[in-house]
Amino acid sequence: MSAEPLLAVRDLRVGFATEGGPLQAVDGVSFDLAAGEVLAIVGESGAGKSVAAQTIMGLSRSRNARIEGSVKLHGDELIDADDAVLRRLRGEQVAMIFQDPMTSFNPVYRVGAQIVEAIRAHRADVSKSEARARAVALLDSVGIPEAARRVDDYPHEFSGGMRQRAMIAMALALEPEVLIADEPTTALDVTIQAQILRLLGSLNRERGLATILITHDLGVVAEVADRVLVMYAGKVVEQGTLDEIFYDPQHPYTWGLLGSLTRLDRPRPKRLPQISGAPPSLLDLPQGCSFRPRCPHEFSKCPRTPPLEARLADAPDHRDRCWLTPEQKREKRQVGGQIGLEAPSA
Amino acid sequence: MNDGEPLLEVTDLVKHFPVKRGVLIDRQVDQVRAVDGIGFSIPRGQTLGLVGESGSGKSTVCRVTLQLLRPTSGSVRFEGSEIAGLSRRRLRPLRRQMQMIFQDPYASLNPRKRVGQIVGSPLKLQGVASGGELRRQVQELLDRVGLSPDDYARYPHEFSGGQRQRIGIARAIALKPKLIVADEPVSALDVSIQAQIINLLDDLQDELGLTYLFVAHDIGVVRHISDRIAVMHDGKIVEQGTADQVCERPSDDYTKKLLAAVPIPDPRESRERRAATLGSA
Repeated sequence: MSAEPLLAVRDLRVGFATEGGPLQAVDGVSFDLAAGEVLAIVGESGAGKSVAAQTIMGLSRSRNARIEGSVKLHGDELIDADDAVLRRLRGEQVAMIFQDPMTSFNPVYRVGAQIVEAIRAHRADVSKSEARARAVALLDSVGIPEAARRVDDYPHEFSGGMRQRAMIAMALALEPEVLIADEPTTALDVTIQAQILRLLGSLNRERGLATILITHDLGVVAEVADRVLVMYAGKVVEQGTLDEIFYDPQHPYTWGLLGSLTRLDRPRPKRLPQISGAPPSLLDLPQGCSFRPRCPHEFSKCPRTPPLEARLADAPDHRDRCWLTPEQKREKRQVGGQIGLEAPSA
Repeated sequence: MNDGEPLLEVTDLVKHFPVKRGVLIDRQVDQVRAVDGIGFSIPRGQTLGLVGESGSGKSTVCRVTLQLLRPTSGSVRFEGSEIAGLSRRRLRPLRRQMQMIFQDPYASLNPRKRVGQIVGSPLKLQGVASGGELRRQVQELLDRVGLSPDDYARYPHEFSGGQRQRIGIARAIALKPKLIVADEPVSALDVSIQAQIINLLDDLQDELGLTYLFVAHDIGVVRHISDRIAVMHDGKIVEQGTADQVCERPSDDYTKKLLAAVPIPDPRESRERRAATLGSA
């Protein structure tokens, strides 16, 4: 890795003033992203993963938002950049795709016209016909059959998988370096999901596209990610390489997520291991570790918030927020021969 | 009624939807074969999982089975007697025995009604209980699905997705039905909550002797909860068998394709699988 990462995020914090009081949606997120790398942000709804990603593009700015920390792209600070700077950057350097491609396209304009508009908004010197040719080439490159004809279709004439491909094509129109993909396959059937994941993987390898993948699906993470960030109630509770997170997870929440998966590659258990309770409200967080009320391993230290730090001697980039010692963790995460949070109750 | 007889038996079930065109006078120009001649049976106390991708006809099967939609043809036998084509009046007493759980816990509960009214309405409508007795039964139901009896007077918006799904389940079991049709009951929920709801459905099946038709696109979830699995594709069942048979030794090409597309939450295995596909391509 070169001295300066493509994207460097440091202690990113996003707070909102709400009717119910102030809340901290993102509470200290830090990571580096290099070209061609895939970083997965994992967590449940309300964990802060989408807000964190949107803040990178300046999309969470609003009167009631308080944004702190640093987001540097090629060393340039974005956190306090002008709207004009961000507008240029969006699409050209950082692009975003969303879960529901139907709501991301304008239903009354043809798909091609929307891609042409995206290109010409940034490149005034590109003629309409050039932009159109580029739209066809883009649709073709993401695997839309008969792209020259389908370019004139309306979004509703595309299937769900085709719409997601078209959205990826539009996101790639200006050849960005970073793609933020927010649950890009959640609304798709598994066979289509596999195609989209293959497409994203080839973009990482062949074009060096760096990707931030937001997902709740650890299966998808295992297929595409290089590094993983696990979020819970606004905080990163664990981050590390893909293999560290799956084979040596340090935080009980990560154990719970891994343990509660229904896996086709293993004999099915009588009962599915679960995480009891529900994530806390950001307006009413427990004191100390946010996961404490759901954690069967809670002990005297937990009412103090554990810092996110490396706790393993041989893995300086594997960080977590749990007071248990590495030895205790190794022992406690073993549930019936596999990693889990607790043995399922009878 | 003998024990060997399945609770639900569906034979040659067909549901076609007309495609109409025309101004003022519609004429039928085509039809969508949503369900195109399928059959299955579910023994008492067991679970049949129905998997398939969007558009395969799973939800139509649910609705036609419960006679919420009239089948185009075919037979649906519940406890041995034919219910396809029965009048609304004659279906009404049977509705107590067959209930449904829906996918979206945000859309399936009336936001203006309190939890007590939502869960109590089937009891009231079928004349099972009223007044203080109704309240007592509803609170018992709330307790059974893991909610607090104090939730009786709260509104749906005060609950999370998982809790709302518990409310929907309480409503579905209120009349002590024999059959529950669950259409994607966990797919809108977070991972850590999915497992809770699946375990709850498992417990209720044991306690109440329920029979489930469990429909989902997530084959991992379906395999966990089902005794038998039927795989649907384009309105037809392409394969059915025991859960382990279908998942471990699939015989149909479509089933194989579906299983191969499910991501494995294990980086090493998924790397091996990727290497294998690249090698063969």
